[in-house]
Amino acid sequence: MRNAVVAVALMVWASMATALEIEEEAILPGQPGGETLAILSTTDTAYFRPVLEAFQRANPELTIRYVVAGSQDVYAAVTERKMAFDVAISSAMDLQMKLANDGLALPHEPGAALPLPDWAQWQDRVFSIAQEPVVLVLSRPALDGLRLPQTRRDLVDLLRDHPDRFQGRVGTYDPRQSGAGYLFATQEARQSDSFWRLAEVMGAVDPLLYSSSVDMLDDLESGRLTIAHNVLGSYAADRVGDDSDLVAVEYQDFTLTLLRTALIPDNAPNPEAAGVFIDFLLSAEGRRLIGAEAGLPPVNEAALMQNPHLRPIRLDPGLLVYLDKMKRRAFLEEWSAAMFQP
Amino acid sequence: MTLARPRRARSLRQRLLVQLLAIAALLSAVLYMTVRTVAGQAAEATQDGVLGSATVIIAEQLRGGPDGLRIDLPYEAFSVLGSISEDRVFYRIVAGGQTLTGYDDLPLPDDITPGVRPEFYTVGYRESEVRVAAMIRQMVASDGVMAVTVLVAQTRLGQEAIAARIANRAAALGVGFFALALLLSLVAAGSVLSPIERLAEAVARRGPHDLRAVDHPAPRELLPLIGALNGFIARLRAALVRTETFITEAAHHIRTPLATVRTHAEIALRQSEDPEVRNSLRGVIRAVEESSRSASQLLDHAVVVYRSDRLTVEPLDLAVLVTGVLRSVAPVASLKDVSIQMAPVAAPPTIMGDRPLLENAVRNLIDNAIKYSPEESEIDVSLTVERGEAVLRVMDRGRGLSGQTAAKLTQRFSRGSNVDDVVGSGLGLTIVDEVAKAHDGRLSLEDREGGGACATLSLPLL
Repeated sequence: MRNAVVAVALMVWASMATALEIEEEAILPGQPGGETLAILSTTDTAYFRPVLEAFQRANPELTIRYVVAGSQDVYAAVTERKMAFDVAISSAMDLQMKLANDGLALPHEPGAALPLPDWAQWQDRVFSIAQEPVVLVLSRPALDGLRLPQTRRDLVDLLRDHPDRFQGRVGTYDPRQSGAGYLFATQEARQSDSFWRLAEVMGAVDPLLYSSSVDMLDDLESGRLTIAHNVLGSYAADRVGDDSDLVAVEYQDFTLTLLRTALIPDNAPNPEAAGVFIDFLLSAEGRRLIGAEAGLPPVNEAALMQNPHLRPIRLDPGLLVYLDKMKRRAFLEEWSAAMFQP
Repeated sequence: MTLARPRRARSLRQRLLVQLLAIAALLSAVLYMTVRTVAGQAAEATQDGVLGSATVIIAEQLRGGPDGLRIDLPYEAFSVLGSISEDRVFYRIVAGGQTLTGYDDLPLPDDITPGVRPEFYTVGYRESEVRVAAMIRQMVASDGVMAVTVLVAQTRLGQEAIAARIANRAAALGVGFFALALLLSLVAAGSVLSPIERLAEAVARRGPHDLRAVDHPAPRELLPLIGALNGFIARLRAALVRTETFITEAAHHIRTPLATVRTHAEIALRQSEDPEVRNSLRGVIRAVEESSRSASQLLDHAVVVYRSDRLTVEPLDLAVLVTGVLRSVAPVASLKDVSIQMAPVAAPPTIMGDRPLLENAVRNLIDNAIKYSPEESEIDVSLTVERGEAVLRVMDRGRGLSGQTAAKLTQRFSRGSNVDDVVGSGLGLTIVDEVAKAHDGRLSLEDREGGGACATLSLPLL
């Protein structure tokens, strides 16, 4: 009998575990008997661990469970109730926005935290913790003396003029698989028609499609890719520099700037601890840690003013539009038509 | 005589303030309600306008055709919904009873007519109240014409926040309006009542003998009251004048026959040898003398009362005036062997005064002194300047005040308790006192060292 109960429990656990595709899971044990703060995030543990450790030093009784999943899975975990988390952190702003709009995020009044600019917060439910440019990353040796493209038009010209050199060596997000990739593609398409020209030119050189920036950067380093379009700037920053073969370019026509956002799902088992954690992320100390230790640029309105090519994706209901199923189907059809040319 | 205290009704100021404040409170409340209602309606109209435009823009993106109905949701239509407030947004597009896209549980309107304008309704959805804009368009699709309903809904948190903010402002406005009204009411009440207060003060300030008509400037509403008051004063003055005239006439009519009686009695006294008859005749002569003197003092008093209301003042040298009076009473004094000595006047004091009244007063003062002086005594008169006043002292060696107060002795028809053997009417000092008061001066009486009385008349210098 007892074995049967254990077996059923294991089956339930197994079914839940398979339902949510977990990429990484880290547990920072707190004092025995303390509560657990469960965080579901799209940000790799390596980036976020220093922030988590600092938070745990301030709240030693909390055990922190940090689970990394793709942005679609983060969204599905909340909407389909696959697993209950206290905080959901995601780079897919549109999905976060939809969670809040559909009433699946709890309100939280930030305590002593520094106020966010209004484009970086929606109601008292979605809070931005980092603003990250989406950049173009190139492998300098493979470019072999060609001029670095500064705009999308430059990139179109480059690919059109040297199709043989870049054949099968251009990578970008697959918007069908990645929530962040879909957000970048749709926002790019909304901002400029050059997106479609770029898609067609890329499609002509048989691009490789990815669902994470880290994979693209790995392939750039290994030499499999020469150009990666739409890579999260914070991940790219680790790999570029004077002693690296890689170089990152912020498009001068416009560079999308993504807001990494946090919210408290409405099925959070421990919303109080979640609120304390969000206040910590928004505090001066939290922002410093996110910037210096995690390498994610904190929300900074002044930086946007000084760099007019940075165009933040605003947290507003417009983000819901591309999540519309008809709109999504139509967009992906058009994208596929451009990308997969017969 | 005791004056009956007037019965007190509620003060005009209080009445005015209470009514003004009641009106202000009412107006403040109306202002609050109006601002709230109008602003609330304006906020709703604004939000409805934005919601309606979004609905129209979305409906215009509907495309029919052989492949079925399609819609390309415009990004800006949604984005603009977030521009006013951070409200949650829902939408639903229904074609021929089937949800094409959007939130398929968003409630449909009960009854809506196809048109180019959206219709609005409020409904509960996902634990909040949402405002829905609904619009029906007829579209041609693969299987003929079908009605497509476009719903766009938005929560009303922003509008509620605006309404709450406006309600607070309206309340502050109402309170501020009331406070201002309170202040203005105080000022207005003061300004309205000030003519009444000034008039009341002017009437209260009048002396007891001031029987002039009230000609203080007064608002039209008070003119009947002032008219009535002036009527009373005129009648009172006329009554007083009639009384004094009557006294004057009476004194005059009495004095003439008395003089005749006295003459006849003196002739009879001279002709009579019988000591008893002579004694009686002397009694008659004394009584006649007393009556005659009373009559003339009554006359003097009437003149003083009449003139003190309307003094005819001129600069007077008091020394000259006193010397003149002393000269005129000299025969009476010599009759009694009383000598009057006037101390030399160092600086002749000049005063503003009514000559006949002052002569009358000085004569009465000295008459009085002569009357009460024993035979062969002296009366000392001095005229000095002390502390800005001309001071006339008349000192006799008579029987003094014998414990009576000066105030009692200056009352009309009041005489000292020790004077039954002296002819007198009791009006002499009253006349002096009234003249002194009419000239803003005063009369004081005190016992003189070594016997007798000292009467002091002080008058302000020019």
